Amino acid sequence: MKPFDYQRPSDRDAAHAAAREGAMFIAGGTNLVDLMKLEVMAPDRLVDVSRLGLDGIEVQDGGLRIGAMVTNSDLAADPRLRRDYPVLSRALLAGASGQLRNKATTGGNLLQRTRCPYFYDTDAACNKRAPGSGCAALGGEMRNHAVLGTSDHCVALHPSDMAVAMRALDALVEVEGPDGAIRHVPLDDFYRLPGVTPHLETTLGAGDLITAVLLPPPPQGAVQVYRKVRDRASYAFALVSVAAVVTLDKGRFSQAALAFGGLGARPWRDPAVDALLVGETPSDALFAEAGKHLLRNAAPREGTEFKLPLARRVLSAVLKEATQ
Amino acid sequence: MQTTLTVNGRNHELDIDPRVTLLDALRDQIGLTGSKKGCDHGQCGACTVLVDGRRINACLSLAVMHDGDSITTVEGLAEGGASALQKAFVAHDGMQCGYCTPGQVCSATGMLEEVSAGWPSHVSDDLEGPVTLSHAELSERMSGNLCRCSCYPGINAAIREIADETRQPIDQQEAAE
Ligand SMILES: Cc1cc2nc3c(=O)[nH]c(=O)nc-3n(C[C@H](O)[C@H](O)[C@H](O)COP(=O)(O)OP(=O)(O)OC[C@H]3O[C@@H](n4cnc5c(N)ncnc54)[C@H](O)[C@@H]3O)c2cc1C
Ligand code: FES
Ligand code: FES
Repeated sequence: MKPFDYQRPSDRDAAHAAAREGAMFIAGGTNLVDLMKLEVMAPDRLVDVSRLGLDGIEVQDGGLRIGAMVTNSDLAADPRLRRDYPVLSRALLAGASGQLRNKATTGGNLLQRTRCPYFYDTDAACNKRAPGSGCAALGGEMRNHAVLGTSDHCVALHPSDMAVAMRALDALVEVEGPDGAIRHVPLDDFYRLPGVTPHLETTLGAGDLITAVLLPPPPQGAVQVYRKVRDRASYAFALVSVAAVVTLDKGRFSQAALAFGGLGARPWRDPAVDALLVGETPSDALFAEAGKHLLRNAAPREGTEFKLPLARRVLSAVLKEATQ
Repeated sequence: MQTTLTVNGRNHELDIDPRVTLLDALRDQIGLTGSKKGCDHGQCGACTVLVDGRRINACLSLAVMHDGDSITTVEGLAEGGASALQKAFVAHDGMQCGYCTPGQVCSATGMLEEVSAGWPSHVSDDLEGPVTLSHAELSERMSGNLCRCSCYPGINAAIREIADETRQPIDQQEAAE
């Protein structure tokens, strides 16, 4: 690990002052320390955000305000989450292990980096890690890679489970700039696609601090499902995952929000797929149509072709479960 | 950097390089070598310790991040004699080569607290229902510890014995299963 300075301020002003001078935030450390050991990331200064009072879950405007430092365990176990947003509780419980969830935080989970093995290997070419160096995944071993939203410069997958459920729930990210100005960014606008700049992953600016995630009021009468398919039954990242929040009225979909993990360069949501369902009666043919539509622009490559039929089957199974 | 860690009830004032992980501080600076380094990347659970009662991977946490925290290692669980869970590990041969065992014991200790707090898991049918420590629940909740020597049956038996002894609701549900 490269040497670095470390600070654990107890107020946000001090954290912002450090961020203005280029310091990087550290929360649970479960991703950043890992990457620093491998020297994939080598910040000169770290600011520990664990003592800034960002660890509460509160009711706000009928929804929930989740502090950026709330751990994945505390969030998954929160009684309001279990009752009103089970899709998110389930997604959190499907991620990592008990030990990691006790450290992993809401803000850190949103900003965790891809698990592409070439990103982790500093001897390999990676446009995300070293812009302009190329992409060793193309022509290399691919399995945990994306088929949606990729470019010729990067095929990395976004690994988060939590963010997938949050996208289906229309969550907002609360961000405090280094000047103290607060703004709310819908998750739809939070992550960038790789294009020719895969190292730019979000729309956050330098020194922006995530202070909370806001969930809108619970969707009334909706059925919520999270299903994750992976190489082993536990403690592995998703090959394909689906978060579904759907409502039926008189036998027809009146509302549908579907988000996907394991498929995209960012947690994936496609408004056209949601729209395709609304007003229709659930049927196998409709579910198959939704799967086809989801993947209409998919770009499978050698090693990731299996994700297409798998995604179609998981989506059908989830919609079946949600509408039974 | 000045950092105070309370480890197994004793205060340690350390002047520590920020690069040192909690695991390395425990083993190399404080001399508690019970916690093991397996993968060093959060993947195996051998380094599991309890921080303020909760299990975490000590290899992915910097020691300086734990200023003021209360840490329990496998040695701490044995203070005043081996804990009931430690004895059960011995009785059920949940040891094998023993390398991952301290992490398994610390993880199981934290896990049983999570069960008592009613936390659901990925395999719980009902997120809001009472927790029953079935075989599937136990495997899922202990999946952060990858034993290299497949001594799972002994480990499972030891944990279940303690769960059954100390937690009445689990007892009843086991009987009904
Ligand atoms: C073995 C293993 C398995 C895993 N499996 C899964 C899985 O199946 N599913 C899954 O979703 N995740 C999984 N994870 C990832 C884990 O969930 C993340 O590492 C964790 O959520 C990151 O949170 P953290 O608080 O530790 O972040 P940190 O490591 O502290 O930080 C991560 C990034 O976020 C930035 N950051 C943190 N907080 C803030 C803030 N408030 N404002 C601005 N920037 C901030 C940091 O600067 C850093 O760039 C796994 C991790 C490991 C090690
Ligand atoms: S040594 Fe920490 S998880 Fe393997
Ligand atoms: S007993 Fe040897 S690694 Fe588990």
